[in-house]
Amino acid sequence: MIQPFLKVAGRKYRFRLLDVGPSRFYEFFLSSGQPFALIANDGNLLPAPLTVPSVRLGVANRMDVIIDFSKYKLGDKLFLENRLVQEDGTGPTGELRNPGTQILRFDVDRDAPDHSQVPSTLRPLPDIDLSQVVRTRRWVFGDDNGGWTINGKFFNVNEVRAAAKQGTAEIGVLKNDGGGRSHPIHIHFEEFQILSRNGQPPPPHEVSRKDVVILGPDDEVRVFFRFRDFLGRYPMHCHNIVHEDHSMMLRWDVVP
Amino acid sequence: MRARLNRHANTALKLRAKTKPQERKCRTMTRRTLLASFIFSPVASVFSGRGAFGHIASPGGGPRAGYFPNVVLWTHENKTVQFYDDLIRGKIVLINFMYATCKGLCPRQTANLMQVQKTLGDRIGRDIFMYSLTLKPEQDTLEVLREYATGHGVKPGWLFLTGKPGDIEKLRRKLGFVNSDPVRDGDKSKHIGVILYGNEALDRWAACPALTDASEIARYVLWMQAKD
Repeated sequence: MIQPFLKVAGRKYRFRLLDVGPSRFYEFFLSSGQPFALIANDGNLLPAPLTVPSVRLGVANRMDVIIDFSKYKLGDKLFLENRLVQEDGTGPTGELRNPGTQILRFDVDRDAPDHSQVPSTLRPLPDIDLSQVVRTRRWVFGDDNGGWTINGKFFNVNEVRAAAKQGTAEIGVLKNDGGGRSHPIHIHFEEFQILSRNGQPPPPHEVSRKDVVILGPDDEVRVFFRFRDFLGRYPMHCHNIVHEDHSMMLRWDVVP
Repeated sequence: MRARLNRHANTALKLRAKTKPQERKCRTMTRRTLLASFIFSPVASVFSGRGAFGHIASPGGGPRAGYFPNVVLWTHENKTVQFYDDLIRGKIVLINFMYATCKGLCPRQTANLMQVQKTLGDRIGRDIFMYSLTLKPEQDTLEVLREYATGHGVKPGWLFLTGKPGDIEKLRRKLGFVNSDPVRDGDKSKHIGVILYGNEALDRWAACPALTDASEIARYVLWMQAKD
């Protein structure tokens, strides 16, 4: 839709922001300067809402935010805008440009009663029990002659690159090889939790159950991953669709 | 775009449905016979109504016919061909770039494509064709390419091609074998190691790394066929 808009009442709304790609990263702001109440990351409720000035998404990331329009007057218009600069498929430059690109206009056109509240606590995270960890696997995301690789190899649907035993847990070390590109890495099956990002504890919005993690150039992220409910074949891949198609993906299995 | 593609696919479907298998075979043979006469006879160029570097869309060609440069190339089998008219029009093709002295990617790439040729068997050369274009036409003469192909045990239906440097560069760009980073693009040892495959008649195209498992490449190529 060209120049989309949404008529809203002067009350709270919950939105799920989803980056469908194929290659662009976004950092969303409200043009009015109002912060978001961030309540969920990749579809999973956070332990408690966070008040944030912006939310950044890589391809396939989902961020649930509450926007309260009660502070606006009837007739007010504001924009959801992307301020993150990205000039090509390699990833964002890191620069934030204000004003940004207008994505969606909100038109506050009516009053409405609002008895809703944002709870102060949401859903506690499952414990990370490192005694369940049976091994650590290292995955390096790089490129080779115009294609994209994991540990130097292209996707082969018939090759099992890792076989995880059901009922155990593993640590995955996800490393961007520093080829100057950003990779939003998506792991199918169960959500993981981030143990560390570049040796530091994850930032508050990444303290969450997640299934897509952004690897900026040179980033190294350690994740805790459990294998519980099902056996079967699952992929891990970069969710920059161009990288995924050429062929930054692997198959891993959950085995008895 | 998708709707348009489907429409062409449907047209091809209808054409095929009306033709009995035996007739289809005859028609293919006739077309190949004609093609051979086009290549070797200077009169045929006039007859087919095309100039040396242009072409007129003709039956069997796809909806994007005008996109492909119809440049003159030379095959390792010592034939002169035109890229669009003789190599890709109406065909299912696999295209990659290489050069004979490449020590990095190319030996692995060529070895993998040998497996693809083996997997697709007698389809290669019949209705599916493989083309490897040199990135270094100045040094990859016909003789060099012939030696390279023979040395790798390449079978008929897979051509190694050279041409005028400007024409090769035009093809490289049109076919998308370009790195968006000009520094990387200038380094031929880091050249794009992708195989482009498609069905020109249906304008159905895709690509994958040339080092993808050979049986998978063969499977992908067969996806390019019109569905019966």
